[in-house]
Amino acid sequence: MTAIELHNEGAEMAGPIAGAPVIEVRGLDAHYGETQVLHGIDLTVAASEIMVIMGSSGSGKTTLLRHLIGLEKPTAGTLKLLGEELDSLGAIDTIKLRRQIGVAFQGGALFSSMSVMENIKLPLREHTRLNETTMDIMARMKLEVVNLAGFGDLMPAELSGGMLKRAAVARAIVMDPKLLFFDEPSAGLDPVVSAALDELILRLRDAMQITVVVVTHEVESALNIADRITILDSGRIVEVDTPEAIRNSQNPRVHNLLNRKSEEKVLDPDEYLRRLTGARAG
Amino acid sequence: MLRLFEQAGRGAVQSLDEAGYAGSLLGESLFWTFFGRRWRQPVRLDTVLEQMKLGGIDALPITTMLAAAIGIMLAVQSLYTLKIFGAESFVHVGISLAITREFSPLIIGILMAGRSGSALAAKISTMTINQEVDALRAIGINPVRYLVAPSLIAMLIMLPMLTMWCNLVSMTAAGFYVSADTGISLAAYALNTIDVLTPSDLLHGLGKSALFAMLIVIIGALNGSLVRGGSEGVGLATTRAVVHSSSAIIITDMFFGFIMTQ
Repeated sequence: MTAIELHNEGAEMAGPIAGAPVIEVRGLDAHYGETQVLHGIDLTVAASEIMVIMGSSGSGKTTLLRHLIGLEKPTAGTLKLLGEELDSLGAIDTIKLRRQIGVAFQGGALFSSMSVMENIKLPLREHTRLNETTMDIMARMKLEVVNLAGFGDLMPAELSGGMLKRAAVARAIVMDPKLLFFDEPSAGLDPVVSAALDELILRLRDAMQITVVVVTHEVESALNIADRITILDSGRIVEVDTPEAIRNSQNPRVHNLLNRKSEEKVLDPDEYLRRLTGARAG
Repeated sequence: MLRLFEQAGRGAVQSLDEAGYAGSLLGESLFWTFFGRRWRQPVRLDTVLEQMKLGGIDALPITTMLAAAIGIMLAVQSLYTLKIFGAESFVHVGISLAITREFSPLIIGILMAGRSGSALAAKISTMTINQEVDALRAIGINPVRYLVAPSLIAMLIMLPMLTMWCNLVSMTAAGFYVSADTGISLAAYALNTIDVLTPSDLLHGLGKSALFAMLIVIIGALNGSLVRGGSEGVGLATTRAVVHSSSAIIITDMFFGFIMTQ
């Protein structure tokens, strides 16, 4: 985001149109350097839906998430969030849009120099003119929602992995967002804590009528919480369907992912030799 | 041979890329400083004050100690040199001009590069690795406004102030030494010094220190945000920030001195 992008100030940010998709991705390509990591992604997510994006490591799911939350710019394609095309937004409109979006990062990404309470209050402090008492009350309410009441004065380093993720959720929902993103919510957690986090995601959707996008490689968690699942493989969408349909899918790549089988790649001896010696193709 | 050219080319492109990024960091910092409030995205005064305390007030003891040492060192060397020509009575001229125009801004600049520049690089690189910078952007907080602009404002205020403090302490310390060595009274030494110094000498040093403040913050922020890898990357970014900003300060000092004395 650069200062030059600040040209759309004044245009009011529209909310989602009833019935319209909350997220609309069309033909999205993404590159890291010369390597293409996403190929022509088409995806829509409806209001109040829980969409789980699944794939093995390196499938491009985190890259897709980073594009969805506007942290990366696509090399091709369009991306609409809450009816707004991300590419056409100026810096101020992007900030306005982000106030309606919550993100819970994989490691929590809480600010280590602030207490849990200060972390949760930061979006309120930056985007509202609420007084300190009101901000305290709102932050405590969100801590109650994620079952962390009484832990507000602790520093992030003093929290366990599960508590960190719940505190990150509290910060993500403090502005009552319309759209909530989770990056690997179950990663590194034991099954009991992971199940509790799944419960929390479902509870949030039901209580706040929020649209949720979860990126995960945890099959059980995905099948439990998703309304629909998107399967990604090598930067391409393999299948988008309900958990039941995904479970019964005949697609071998989906089957392998659900059954945790690695795909055996047929090795071309010449290509293998080229890779080892670093020689260029041709 | 071809690989050597390739490496040199890549290095040149990377340097240009970094210079461009540094320029955009400075531009964005100034933009948010002057226009942030208009878009309800102000640079927070409490953060600026906190940075002023960390980078300025907390640095007072070490600044005072170094300033006194520099003053005495300059007095020792100047007296030694001038005694050869029997011109000890002109010692205040060399000391006061050297301190205000050169030593104070340079020493304080290098001290702050090691202290505040490295702290900023370490902070931003750690936050980048822990996805805290991503979290700021996701929350709708511009990281340059939140992290870089307050440091820039604080440094632009505190570095010239520390330089003024360094001028005062150095010249006082030098005065004590000269007074003890030559028998001239401290009051006479002070009056002679005031006679020699002109506002332009002080402004010359203060102008430099403002320029150094900008270099320290932008180079610290640049290296912090370009971090790669884990904790090792943080160490590398911090070291790079100190080396680059110290070098930039010395080279800029040379050009500044040359241009302003023509």
